[in-house]
Amino acid sequence: MIAPLQILLFLLLALAGPAVVLTRNPVPQSIAVSFYGLVLAMIFFLHQAPDVALSQIVVGAIALPLMILLAVAKVKSREAAGK
Amino acid sequence: MKLRLALFTAGALGLAAVMAAGMRRLEPIGSYHGAYGEVLNAVAVGERNSTDVVSAVNFDYRGLDTLGEEYILFTSVLAVAAILRKQKDEHDEAPDQFREVPASDAVRLLGVGLVPVTVVFGLYLISHGAVSPGGGFQGGVVLASVPLVVYLCAGAKTFLRIPPPALAKAGESSGAAGYVLVGCLGILAGKAFLENVLPLGRPGGAWSAGTILFLNLTVGVAVAAGFVELLSSFVEKALKR
Repeated sequence: MIAPLQILLFLLLALAGPAVVLTRNPVPQSIAVSFYGLVLAMIFFLHQAPDVALSQIVVGAIALPLMILLAVAKVKSREAAGK
Repeated sequence: MKLRLALFTAGALGLAAVMAAGMRRLEPIGSYHGAYGEVLNAVAVGERNSTDVVSAVNFDYRGLDTLGEEYILFTSVLAVAAILRKQKDEHDEAPDQFREVPASDAVRLLGVGLVPVTVVFGLYLISHGAVSPGGGFQGGVVLASVPLVVYLCAGAKTFLRIPPPALAKAGESSGAAGYVLVGCLGILAGKAFLENVLPLGRPGGAWSAGTILFLNLTVGVAVAAGFVELLSSFVEKALKR
């Protein structure tokens, strides 16, 4: 037995995963990875794991993309200084 | 190129077939066959007065594992601080110069509304870890995101002024030490390390579950301070001219 909401979320996840890989520019990619993290959190919540879902939201959807953005900002500022 | 496409198509079709077959036989949401979980679900609320069994496992039955996890964060913050420290050849000509992009009025208005709500939600998650889903870790990260909202609204200079760097460092280490100290209460009471020796209160109340509440508070302080420390050292490095 598989619930309709499960099917929907699994399909979203199956779309979001390749979307992260196929986005080549790191800045939009960090947004894509954030969306992927959010879908994962919804799946955890649906499967009755609200504690894990909360951790997933704060780390996967906020902290990780932020670290990527800051790292990209650092690299870009160095490139700008080198020119 | 054609060979690659053919290989991919064959692989993808095979994966799709296996996944579809597996998902068709998936158990319904919430079904569980495990003796340990059933036992904990039956005894945790009565034994520890914690209505969130996940917190009871994390901070009581398996409290030692969480101690190890907390020190993972502690070590990674330490490592980042060591990597991002001021290098010898780095000169600090203009310490207050940041590349600032002024925030729009809409972003600033949203931020003003978001800051108090986020503070309250973070404190709620930390203090009610034993009652409802959440706890020190989740609440700590939520609290640490408050300075980021301030950064989005008011810029890097204001972000780095709150909270004072000394306070963030002190919070990180005192939170990590606090977990061990709360654990030592058990030894002082003549029982095991991390044993729940404090009054258990009433199940569902804010002051309940004994040491679980206090362990959540120490983890909340350590995680919030650790993340702020991490983010501010990143922001400082990334946005300096």
